[in-house]
Amino acid sequence: MLKAEICITLKKTVVDPQGKTVKHALESIGYRNLEEVRMGKLAVVKLNYQDKKRAAEEIEGMCKKLLANPIIEDYSYKIKGI
Amino acid sequence: MRFGVIVFPGSNCDQDCFYAIKDVLNQPVKYIWHKEMRLGNFDCLILPGGFSYGDYLRTGAIARFSPVMKRVVDFAKRGGLVIGICNGFQILLEAGLLPGAMLRNRSLHFICRYVFVKVENNQTPFTNLYRKNQVLKIPIAHNEGNYYIDENGSSELKRNNQIVLKYCSQAGESEDRFNPNGAKDNVAGIINKEGNVLGMMPHPERSAETALGSRDGFFIFKSIVKWLKDK
Repeated sequence: MLKAEICITLKKTVVDPQGKTVKHALESIGYRNLEEVRMGKLAVVKLNYQDKKRAAEEIEGMCKKLLANPIIEDYSYKIKGI
Repeated sequence: MRFGVIVFPGSNCDQDCFYAIKDVLNQPVKYIWHKEMRLGNFDCLILPGGFSYGDYLRTGAIARFSPVMKRVVDFAKRGGLVIGICNGFQILLEAGLLPGAMLRNRSLHFICRYVFVKVENNQTPFTNLYRKNQVLKIPIAHNEGNYYIDENGSSELKRNNQIVLKYCSQAGESEDRFNPNGAKDNVAGIINKEGNVLGMMPHPERSAETALGSRDGFFIFKSIVKWLKDK
């Protein structure tokens, strides 16, 4: 089996109100040297085959078609054997 | 005029839309379940508000892959009238029938209240009974209404007069302080370039008769009937 961990974040050019709010909260509990906080989503997809090249193609397709919205989001992923 | 209201799992304004068309507008209307592979004969399709698929992943992201959406896209490409309200607007964005995307409201709050919106473009099938710059009192109820589009897209919207409704004050000033959710350029509603697909965050079906507190939304539906008759 393979496991893909896909990280989806808002593009740098897009304002992230959730990240800003979390940054405020972190500051309010004493973490004072924060440059920025950005929030995102993590999708963990297990694949029942071993071919990493095929996995990369499929994960790329999933991100483009559904998991991320290219207008506002970027994505990155790691594929590992499990 | 035959109206169809698409029902997704999690739609919750479908009955309000159905009622507004049938009992207030007095026009024939049918529900269309999202699994329909074939559409009947319709003049206008309504994608209602709600929380299709629980708003999982992104608002509208999963609903856009419902079987019926292929038919909605075909219908729109043939020039059929499509109106997406609130979650319906979000689905139209995800489906690529309208440009841009929705972000969370900048306040991070779910906002449910009356707002004022200004009719920027009254030369559409959906707004022809309003005056240009007329201010409407219509409620919004959403968590993701912070409309986003990049600078090129924004210029194109303006160039093609695609911005139909803008958040504003009661007097019609569309400044940022009258922007409830952070939407780019105070955008509350846009139309596609071809002029047959409208998306709007405010709920015309919740302001379709005086008993509801405002009748300003009724003329969205009435405009559609007028446009279809005059066609």
